[in-house]
Amino acid sequence: MMHGPEPAALVSVAATPPPRLQFSAQIHGWLLLLPAAVLLVTFTHYPAVATIIDSFFSTPKGRRAAVFVGADNYQAMLGDPVFWRALGNNIVYAASVIPLTIALSLAMAIWVNGKIAGRPFLRLSFFTPTVLPMIAVANIWLFFYAPGYGLLDQMLGLFGIPAHNWLGSQSTALLCLIAVAVWKDAGFFMIFYLAALQQMSPQLAEAAAIEGAGRWYVFRRITFPLLMPTTLFVLINAIINSFRLIDHIVVMTQGGPDNTTALLLFYIYEVGFKFWDTAYAATLTVVLLALLAIVALGQFLILDRRIHYQ
Amino acid sequence: MSVLLSFPRKRESIPTVGVENAPTGTMGPRFRGDDKIGPALETAGAWMLALVWILPLAYALWAAIHPSAYSAHFVLDAPLTLENFARAWNAAPFARYFLNTFLLVTLILATQLVLCTLAAYAFARFAFVGRDIAFILVLLQLMIMPDVLIVENYRTMSALGIVDTIPAIGLPYMASAFGIFLLRQTFKSVPRELDEAARVEGAGPLTVLLKVYVPLAKPVYIAYGLVSVSYHWNNFLWPLIVTNSVNTRPLTVGLQIFASTDQGIDWSVITAATLMTSAPLLVAFLLFQRQFVQSFMRAGIR
Repeated sequence: MMHGPEPAALVSVAATPPPRLQFSAQIHGWLLLLPAAVLLVTFTHYPAVATIIDSFFSTPKGRRAAVFVGADNYQAMLGDPVFWRALGNNIVYAASVIPLTIALSLAMAIWVNGKIAGRPFLRLSFFTPTVLPMIAVANIWLFFYAPGYGLLDQMLGLFGIPAHNWLGSQSTALLCLIAVAVWKDAGFFMIFYLAALQQMSPQLAEAAAIEGAGRWYVFRRITFPLLMPTTLFVLINAIINSFRLIDHIVVMTQGGPDNTTALLLFYIYEVGFKFWDTAYAATLTVVLLALLAIVALGQFLILDRRIHYQ
Repeated sequence: MSVLLSFPRKRESIPTVGVENAPTGTMGPRFRGDDKIGPALETAGAWMLALVWILPLAYALWAAIHPSAYSAHFVLDAPLTLENFARAWNAAPFARYFLNTFLLVTLILATQLVLCTLAAYAFARFAFVGRDIAFILVLLQLMIMPDVLIVENYRTMSALGIVDTIPAIGLPYMASAFGIFLLRQTFKSVPRELDEAARVEGAGPLTVLLKVYVPLAKPVYIAYGLVSVSYHWNNFLWPLIVTNSVNTRPLTVGLQIFASTDQGIDWSVITAATLMTSAPLLVAFLLFQRQFVQSFMRAGIR
């Protein structure tokens, strides 16, 4: 008598809604999704697929339509020294910008989260580059690097170091751009570390301190591991940014001198919109898409698992 | 690396038990009263970094409010002037560029809010066939952003005959995977009881969305709005490609054309123009610093 028919009936209704409701959920769900789906398919999925298809065709010229050329574009790409240069540059660029940005943003977050003198100023200063347009700040950095009278040379001149054409010489141009990229993004990523630090229980560190653990030890064994999900998030975003953002290159070097600062997307932009070789630009884009796909796969398959089960 | 280690502490009193057992050289300042050098060095390091970080903006301000003769010559008695701003303003159609950027940012944000709300609601509360696959396809855009698909998207815009229009700049960004994801998470956290109560009263799906879900997600909308506006105010490459006239160019593209062709190397005018283009965002950020930081934070936490 305790478990009468009434509650049981309620449960069964909740578990399997009547077919009429389910049907309307189908219609409503798809109708709600439709506007966004149309735009997403048109400007993300279709172009991604079209890029791959176009990479197997020639560039249409005048009245001559594109013809199927098989792997010719890829063959040309493998023999193109500028492509290898841009790819190599991009790898060096990413491999420098990403760890530097992550280390600095973590340091900034720890400082700004602790009791440090002038904290409001520090936070303001670290975060400000995030809200400024890259195109605008690149123009200011251009002055910093100007040979002779630029700020960098003026400061080094105080120590008797001779003037140097920072952006004009092959040995320093990419380094200059790396500095700008680190400067632009570190404050942005600081925010995410800061959020994670503020959610972290102070008892953990206190308990460790009572046990006699030093600050480096606490950081290495407690803080840093607990920040792992944030680090993964920042890492993924930093990787994407290092392939996606080339505004500073357009302003500061145009890929020069002698392609030492050409990144992959910049080369795609040059090939596609200066030489108007769209088929070859599509071929280069396939490489970029493949790199991003590897990052995505890595995120889902390897990193996610390691971090959760640690 | 040891400068990194000012571990945050919320409480003042920390017992000094176990100090004797600690490995030497790794102790924090609170455990060894005589060691004041570590934290002082750290503070100095933080300040050095902060000064370097603010330097570009400080320099831009210096060059913009002094005559060109002082743009690379730093003396305290340099005369002040606002002439650089006037010269920059008159040298290029900045008023038009401002209008274009304003229209662009408004158009993108308005469309994003509507489209992402509808899609997020579908993902959060409707069990339709293919939902999970559709959601993965949406998330794909987080990796393959429109910024890297410039070649094909330009071709699409030509085919549609809308190259060099403001909607063409915005279209690839309007269905934002990031916005859909963010709002879906928010909508999923709304208690179902609220939803069901409204439905019992006879409200349809759209009424429930507008009366229950949207009001509860207000902080997320503000956060997303700030992030979206700053992203598109600053966006450059795609607008550079898809526009080619004064009537459509946003500020970033206008500034670049102005700085690279018209001015040679008159840093005073270039920095004045640079500050002008960044000013609305910068002022908004300085006024609402906390909201900005919290918005970026909220938008980043998944």
